[in-house]
Amino acid sequence: MKEILADLDAWRAEGRQVALARVVNVEGSGPRDPGAAMAVSDNGDVIGSVSGGCVEGAVVVEALDILETGERRMVSFGYSDDEAFAVGLTCGGTIHLFIEPLDW
Amino acid sequence: MTELYDRLREAIVDERPVALATVIEGHNAGAKLVVEPDGDIIGTLGHPELDRIVSRDAVGELAAGRTGVRHYGAEGQARETDVSVFIESFSPPPIMLVFGAVDFTAALARAGKLLGFNVIVADARPVFATVKRFPMADRVMVAWPDEVFDHYDGRLGPHDAVCILTHDPKFDVPAVQRAVATDVGYIGVMGSRRTHATRLERLHEVGVDQKGIDRLMAPIGLDIGSRTPEETAVSVCAEIIANRTGHAAPSLRDSEGPIHRPPAEG
Repeated sequence: MKEILADLDAWRAEGRQVALARVVNVEGSGPRDPGAAMAVSDNGDVIGSVSGGCVEGAVVVEALDILETGERRMVSFGYSDDEAFAVGLTCGGTIHLFIEPLDW
Repeated sequence: MTELYDRLREAIVDERPVALATVIEGHNAGAKLVVEPDGDIIGTLGHPELDRIVSRDAVGELAAGRTGVRHYGAEGQARETDVSVFIESFSPPPIMLVFGAVDFTAALARAGKLLGFNVIVADARPVFATVKRFPMADRVMVAWPDEVFDHYDGRLGPHDAVCILTHDPKFDVPAVQRAVATDVGYIGVMGSRRTHATRLERLHEVGVDQKGIDRLMAPIGLDIGSRTPEETAVSVCAEIIANRTGHAAPSLRDSEGPIHRPPAEG
């Protein structure tokens, strides 16, 4: 989250609503470790990353929905050949994200 | 409304260690606790006993620099899984002390910044140790190794690095002496194999024991045929990473023959 603090400051100064997605757990091979973070503003701008670019698009969709509903939740992404996941990681691992509004 | 975030942000920006515990599954998902190294907390996870147990664990995780999920009962009980808590440790950036304001120093300082180090360049010669020559460094000290270590030695740990690039025994020997007396994770010393052989004699003379000598990565860097200051900086940084992670990488220390040799034909 350290890497996105400065950008978060700017968004907050502009009064933007922001959703924060953090990697909390990685099973198997994953591109980023727990603690990797990205944030999405209410107009769809993105800072940071939670994978090697594989799932960021899907995270934006989830994040915008969470901003709308205010319902924070866990979201998981796994291997892209696995039918359980519409969007996935090609590296074979599974990442678990916690996505929430930055209202704390 | 953003008191927790503000406190967390302030600690990170001030480079003070801090942990953030977040309930990610179970009752009160999203509840948070900001935990400082002395156990002071701000916020609550919803139950005082859960707060007490999680803050205790967070202090331990923070000291170890770990980030991950732990499970508890609703009132903090061990071996229960009602509540999952993500404990994220924010540690200040690791330190890279670079001795010697030489050509290689600027490249190494830049590479150190790329890896997130707090880079300090030190040399006793005021003409060379200038901010103008090392604008990328976080700090430039005109100082002898003893003064530098008096300031930093209590802060050096497994994630930090000391790189001694002077290849002048006046600086090298005291710098190595002080470095091996710390818990610093990486000590690299520049110079040819012959320079290092002479240096070893001097180090023995001043009483550096074999355990200390074994910690030295000298000649500094990986045996990847690097030539320029920039290539050398990459080989040093790669060696620092390999040392920290315990992965096998071909260090110059463990190889023989010329450090610089012509590329293989073909």
